[in-house]
Amino acid sequence: MTSVKTVHLSRTFKAKKKDGGGIVQALRDVSIEINKGEIFGVLGPNGAGKSTLIKILCTLLLPTEGKAYVAGYDVSRDYRKVQEKINMVSGGETSGYGLLTVRENLWMFSQMYNIPSKAAKENIDRLLKEFDLYEKRNERVRTLSTGMRQKMNMIRGFMTDPEIIFLDEPTLGLDVGASRIIRNFITEWIREHPERTVLLTTHYMAEAEELCDRIAIIDNGRVIALETPENLKKLVTTEFPFTMVATGVGHPERVRELVGNATWKENDEGALKFSMILEDESIIADLVSMIVEEKGKIIHITKREPTLEDVFIKLVGRGLD
Amino acid sequence: MAVEQIKNTLSRNFITFKTAAWLGWQMDSNWADPFLFIIYTIVKPISATFILVMMYVVVSGGSTAGSLFGFMYVGNAFYMYIFQILFGVTWVIHDDREHFQTIRYIYIAPSSFYAYVLGRSMSKLILTTVSVAITLAFGILFLGVPIGLGTVNIPMFLAVFFIGLASIVVFGLALAGISFLTAEHGMGMNEGLAGIFYLFAGVLYPIGTLPAWGAAFSKIIPLTYWLEGIRRSLIPTSTDPTLAAYSSGFLVYLMIISTIIFLILSIGIFRGAEHLARKQGKVDMLTSY
Ligand SMILES: Nc1ncnc2c1ncn2[C@@H]1O[C@H](COP(=O)(O)OP(=O)(O)OP(=O)(O)O)[C@@H](O)[C@H]1O
Ligand SMILES: [Mg+2]
Repeated sequence: MTSVKTVHLSRTFKAKKKDGGGIVQALRDVSIEINKGEIFGVLGPNGAGKSTLIKILCTLLLPTEGKAYVAGYDVSRDYRKVQEKINMVSGGETSGYGLLTVRENLWMFSQMYNIPSKAAKENIDRLLKEFDLYEKRNERVRTLSTGMRQKMNMIRGFMTDPEIIFLDEPTLGLDVGASRIIRNFITEWIREHPERTVLLTTHYMAEAEELCDRIAIIDNGRVIALETPENLKKLVTTEFPFTMVATGVGHPERVRELVGNATWKENDEGALKFSMILEDESIIADLVSMIVEEKGKIIHITKREPTLEDVFIKLVGRGLD
Repeated sequence: MAVEQIKNTLSRNFITFKTAAWLGWQMDSNWADPFLFIIYTIVKPISATFILVMMYVVVSGGSTAGSLFGFMYVGNAFYMYIFQILFGVTWVIHDDREHFQTIRYIYIAPSSFYAYVLGRSMSKLILTTVSVAITLAFGILFLGVPIGLGTVNIPMFLAVFFIGLASIVVFGLALAGISFLTAEHGMGMNEGLAGIFYLFAGVLYPIGTLPAWGAAFSKIIPLTYWLEGIRRSLIPTSTDPTLAAYSSGFLVYLMIISTIIFLILSIGIFRGAEHLARKQGKVDMLTSY
């Protein structure tokens, strides 16, 4: 079941005068389909078009060309219908009414979603506890730290129980602890509500890899790859991810008998450094016993997992930050 | 089914309205210092009125008697509603967008933005009522403004008063829409509109004082009839000569008609501006300096 779909979606802006004027192409011909139950990631560097995509999908911005559908409704035409189904949280901002308390601020937004007041308050308290913010419930919003404010905003987004939630860099600028709570919440939420959908943007590789079922890598407004994290990483597994350093190996060619693609060279300390790809990792045991038989000594074996960073560099031609 | 739907929509909008009114009240009544409250709600309007009174006294050669004084005094007092509501409505949009950065979340909520803006303006309306009442009391007690409490036509006053407030709010909605498109300091347009009403709605002088085209323009504005109706109900002798031939019932009728016409126009302007704001990406823009 599709919950978000874009068809040849494009968006241009008039560039600000101080940036030299002209036209900025924020999104180019983006066609994606996101299914119910997915955590879908949009990964890209600054200015890639992530926020632009989110704004179009949550009815804040019209496309220049192409179409976008959320929960089956056209975001340009049926935006009131779309609004019934969604919510949005954007990181790295300081939104909220500073003079209200955390609880009042949340309650106020819940009332714009037609949630009965009592149920809303119970739900808010439950979420405040989950986000470890309950002790701050009666503090004024303006006294909160960045991390606390962002947790409050996450509660604002999730308390309305949206079918589809859009998270624009939800952990931007947060410390490890706060990020962890937010990430755990997202995965738990989708596990408990498998008919919901999360679309999140990020420029943290590890976050995308950890959370997302599928990832669209976007650069310069264009989707340049769309795959599961595993498949994305397969794009870069052509190098030699295993390294073994050993001393006293009399017949290195016996290693090649075991692993056809093994190569080796001597390092500065006189040890041999083997590089190889293992299709079946159980062969490591044979390798180890063979070296031991030869009275050799293994100094270390390392397996280098390809990261999304590798994928990104390969696709975009440069790193993220 | 249809009836059920309408009931649902109304009740949803009412909840939004109530919540927004609560929020507005939290902000406007958040006087860390009651002293500030007194300054803003009492001292400021009275001193502004006093300047006007002094000007009148100078021009009229030292007297606050004469029927024009009451005309001006009442017009000026009720004009505060026009200024405060128009100002308040645009302020809500700019504050939510630039200061609190909440507008995107309010905009994407499935509730009526009109109801929200209306609700947020309610606290301004209440505080302005305090200012207006105090200004009037001050005029009656110290300046001889001829409002006889026994002769006030209360039913007419109430009818005219509320229809008039509705028409001010109607203009406010159009301004709210346009506020989506203007940068933080593009606030001039509410003052501009308020200024137009100050000149043409018969606030300080009878509309016959204006050139013929000006007086014709005055007759399109519901607020002209509003102020005339208010004055008639408070001071039976104080009427605008140009409008004297209209019965009070006809005045109310004209007010309703022109309010409805401006309502349709305002909704059109709001929708158009909203569409343009989504098109240009301005719904949640931050003004960069
Ligand atoms: N309202 C606007 N007016 C002009 N240009 C804009 C506007 N909004 C976005 N842009 C431009 O469109 C491009 C995409 O911006 P967008 O905010 O979508 O990127 P992003 O991927 O979210 O980046 P970041 O990681 O910095 O948040 C950028 O070049 C940006 O300058
Ligand atoms: Mg962004």
